[in-house]
Amino acid sequence: MRNKELSFWLFITPVILSLSLVVILPVVMGFFFSFTDWNGLTFNQFIGLGHYRRLLEDSQFRQSLEFTFIFAFVSVIVLNIIGLSLALLVTSKLKSRNLLRTVFFMPNLIGGLILGFIWQFIFVRVFAAMGNFTGIEGLLGWLSTPATGFWGLVILTVWQQAGYIMIIYIAYLQGIPKELIESANIDGATPFQKFRYITFPLIAPGFTVSMFLTLSSSFKIYDQNLSLTGGGPYNSTQMVAMNIVDTAFASNQMAYGQSKAVVFFIIVAIFSLSQVYYNKKREVDL
Amino acid sequence: MKKNRKYLVLEIIGVLLGLVWISPFYLMLVNSFKAPRDIFANVLDLPSQLNFDNYVTAFNDLNFIRSFFNSLLITLASVAIIILFSSMAGYALARNKSKLSGAILLMFVAAMLIPFQSVMIPLTSNFGQVGMLNRVGLIFMYLGFGSSLAIFLYHGAMTRVSISLDEAAIIDGANKFQIFFRIIFPLLSPISVTVAILNVIWIWNDYLLPSLVLSRRNETIPIRMFYFFGQYTRQWHLALAGLTIAILPVIIFYFSAQKSIVEGVTDGAVK
Repeated sequence: MRNKELSFWLFITPVILSLSLVVILPVVMGFFFSFTDWNGLTFNQFIGLGHYRRLLEDSQFRQSLEFTFIFAFVSVIVLNIIGLSLALLVTSKLKSRNLLRTVFFMPNLIGGLILGFIWQFIFVRVFAAMGNFTGIEGLLGWLSTPATGFWGLVILTVWQQAGYIMIIYIAYLQGIPKELIESANIDGATPFQKFRYITFPLIAPGFTVSMFLTLSSSFKIYDQNLSLTGGGPYNSTQMVAMNIVDTAFASNQMAYGQSKAVVFFIIVAIFSLSQVYYNKKREVDL
Repeated sequence: MKKNRKYLVLEIIGVLLGLVWISPFYLMLVNSFKAPRDIFANVLDLPSQLNFDNYVTAFNDLNFIRSFFNSLLITLASVAIIILFSSMAGYALARNKSKLSGAILLMFVAAMLIPFQSVMIPLTSNFGQVGMLNRVGLIFMYLGFGSSLAIFLYHGAMTRVSISLDEAAIIDGANKFQIFFRIIFPLLSPISVTVAILNVIWIWNDYLLPSLVLSRRNETIPIRMFYFFGQYTRQWHLALAGLTIAILPVIIFYFSAQKSIVEGVTDGAVK
């Protein structure tokens, strides 16, 4: 009996140790330090809610938060619509379906930092060249205004991640029993009816998974933000993750940056938990 | 007849969409061979001649050999210890059906909700104070961040590994380590492939964590790329050649193991 206990602990000690030192201890310390004047090494006194009060008046932080919320909202919707459409396209009887699957998924394997640099070239040089050639003014000056920076980030994110969402939906689409579609065909159902009454309800768990993944990943984006717009022009496209990194490591305000990180954590946790709860409930209702 | 036409339209839409999807790579590739004035003259055309000068400059300035092997070392070492320790933990937690082991599993799953930016400041401060802001420290951090999902996947797979295998081995006189490494671990290899793929994609491409941990001497490809791009802003011919070089290993990896990659990514997301 004791031997069994001992081997249990030997098997789990390495991961417990790493999780404790890398995640749990920093979370607890970070929460604690956000109420002090910590400078990254030592702290002298508690300042209570001082940092959090300052947060309320930090217009750059508020703007980053708003930008991130709108960005996450828009990209979750666009990503899921396009991801599901791509999945429907490549699960049809197209001859090119396997090649298309390969192509749509490819950007997903490459890091956001590198993809952001490629798209910087496309928005700045290629769009400008096409704008000059065709005379369409909307193609000029991309990434130099807050709006084009925003849509640039949405396009980059959708292009990078739609293939991933596609793969998730494919897994659920392939789980639909063939007999259901066949009997609907016999009953003379239209393609829309088949989608609305068979496909759509049966891939509902896929919505839980992909909404959850896209919401939290869009909210936490950093690399793409850094390489595509760098937060510019004038920090107008700076998202929360970048705002935290800048506060802590560029402006060297460790405790203040950490208070932002605590707020960020709470928002992400609320998002994730409510998303899972809501979708589980809806699946049962259907 | 009507049905055929419908498929033809769909086929054309599909192919056009595919072309739009790969156009960023096409534009990167064709312009990486051009002289600067050709990029300005016509950005969509194929290059008039194949000029590898841009590649030679970019390859040297990226210090590509060194950053490539550094990325490779960090990725392989991290993935190896994530697989080893997470499979051990997944096995132990699945076989020990106590309240404590349920609570430990829940703790790992809950840790997945914590965004990296919420822990990075105290984390780098702590590791800095004990002199561990180096490659060994980084690999240990990847174990901490990567083990949660891996344990979750291994724990799920263990429900399909019958306990009678353990019992038979005990009768034959095997100890816990022998049971795990000789019998259980080989049976878990499909999950190990999934865990390896998910973690290779993540760690190979990761930028923020290594940029906070590593010194300039040990930089990985993404970190080197960041400085390289800053150095060549507006010199697109060199920047694009550098980006092409940086992407090449990933593309080779994708085409050599496409099926496992897609399956692995699906497993990681859906389970």
